[in-house]
Amino acid sequence: MRYALTCDFGSTFTKVRVVSLDDGALVASSQSPTTTSTDLRVGLQRAVDLAGNGYSLDGAHHLAGCSSAAGGLRMVAVGLVPSLTVSAAREAALGAGARLVGTFSHRLTDEDVAAIDQLGCDLILLAGGTDGGDSDVVLHNAERLAQRRVGAAVIYAGNREVTQAATASLSAAGVLTVAVPNVLPNLRELDLEPARVAIRELFLRHIVCAKGMELAADALGGTLVPTPLAVLDAAVLMSGGVATDRGVGDLMVVDVGGATTDVHSVAAGSPVQPGTVWQGIPEPHAKRTVEGDLGLRVNAGGIVDTLTSSLRFHPELEDADEAALSAYADRVSSRTELLPSGRSESTFDRTLAATAVDVAVGRHVGRIRRSFSPHGEVLVQTGKDLSNVRAVVGTGGLFAHQDAGIDVLRRSLARPELEGELRPVDADLLVDGEYVMAAGGLLSSTHPEVALALLRTTQRSGLVGKELG
Amino acid sequence: MERDDTAEHETSGSTQALPAPVLVMGVIGADVHVIGNRILDHALREAGFLTENLGIQVTQQDLVDAAIETNAAAILVSSLYGHAELDCEGLRELCQESGIADILLYIGGNLVVGKREFDEVEQLFRGLGFDRVFPPASSPESAIALLRADLGLPVTA
Repeated sequence: MRYALTCDFGSTFTKVRVVSLDDGALVASSQSPTTTSTDLRVGLQRAVDLAGNGYSLDGAHHLAGCSSAAGGLRMVAVGLVPSLTVSAAREAALGAGARLVGTFSHRLTDEDVAAIDQLGCDLILLAGGTDGGDSDVVLHNAERLAQRRVGAAVIYAGNREVTQAATASLSAAGVLTVAVPNVLPNLRELDLEPARVAIRELFLRHIVCAKGMELAADALGGTLVPTPLAVLDAAVLMSGGVATDRGVGDLMVVDVGGATTDVHSVAAGSPVQPGTVWQGIPEPHAKRTVEGDLGLRVNAGGIVDTLTSSLRFHPELEDADEAALSAYADRVSSRTELLPSGRSESTFDRTLAATAVDVAVGRHVGRIRRSFSPHGEVLVQTGKDLSNVRAVVGTGGLFAHQDAGIDVLRRSLARPELEGELRPVDADLLVDGEYVMAAGGLLSSTHPEVALALLRTTQRSGLVGKELG
Repeated sequence: MERDDTAEHETSGSTQALPAPVLVMGVIGADVHVIGNRILDHALREAGFLTENLGIQVTQQDLVDAAIETNAAAILVSSLYGHAELDCEGLRELCQESGIADILLYIGGNLVVGKREFDEVEQLFRGLGFDRVFPPASSPESAIALLRADLGLPVTA
């Protein structure tokens, strides 16, 4: 059998998946603790050995890897106006799988530049000004970053009129600089793909080496992408399909991790109700948001805070003992390797996960409000309308280890009391029970049919949205 | 870095060597009158301006943000439902706070409810910091001619 072997270097576990290249079947899964402190290849080899059946790196016909180890891809986004180029730069960075560690707007001050340096980021995405728009601020910001000789590489994605001047001053200061077309060429057009490609290339060429992961990349065929990008690629593939499988259409993926909860949507998100006014800059078709305060381990406390401080009704709280839940969150956030033991701890994990899903999806989806004018009512939408999404996929350790994934995932759907939040209504709920989203994404460009078959055959389907009533 | 300009951004006049000025425009407040806004947008593009049309239901902050990002030469506010005074109060001050104190501000439409002399209306809106005030049923050409004059652009046929 010809097979592909994929590896996902997480901050805690190195996960290996072996996939048949004949039919996309998942033939082996294994994991071993990540060995960041020594050599990632040690953990990789252990995980491959655990896959058994003689599967090996040498025997695989295709290898691919992704990593969120060693802090992932840490990025800073810089722009001019928060709701415009800063927002566009954020979308580009998140859509490339980055961890956004800071965003800055308007003219950078000395304090800002010092803060950027201290954040220890890998990449800075520098935007500002539409093409033909403001050029002073982005040039000023490029010069500030050059003066400081920031340690991170810079991708220039601002007003094209000063591309040359901005990149020249950065390069002259010895800062690795790459220029791409403007992420916001005008207020009606978002152009994220060139920036995303540049981020991906810089991650592979420079950041992987800087983090000492080049040997691990070499062992996996020379490529390594940020893990969230692999998940987003899988979502895009599932949505759009291949020649032999039309895909599921508009899709949402909720990735509940130990430190963050990510939500990906692949959908235009344009207004569903006729006559709706859509405000703000355009939305990316494949959009990713990251909630840094919602994680099942490192940020379990953040979830409890959300749960107890919000005025919103959380059904999970009804039968949970708040004090015990809080104590559990404290325990797992300091000892992140703990897995729930016993029924009550599993319940705690589900409560935390359900809240994370609920809050993260609520922040990802757009909003609609009624506005009253002398000429009647008008609907005003901001963000994406995801009410017609066909499927919601849950991924992350919890979905792989617990049976209650569907119940957790149900919290993504629209509820009567959440009027105005444009959440999925009639979506199928799918659980990534074998934890293969990243593997599917890693194979999506080279073996799309295999990757889609893998995703289709491993996901447990829950209730169809319509049955929920 | 070469980028193709979109057709929408082409300038029609061959007399302009300088890049065309950017105009930010929108219908402010809870107003939903979109037709005039589109006609004006079209006429301005035809006249060689670059427009960033924010459409209807636009806030003061939306207009100012867009003007900063695009380095706009002017903000063109439309209002047709009679509540422009309330909607526009403080717009000039917001511009001043945001670093675009001197930007040209134009306004036109049915700015007040009921019958009032236009002179009076013009005074009212000049007092709010607008540079030009247009009465109902003004033609796009009148705005274009004044824009050219205010921006120091050559008058083209």
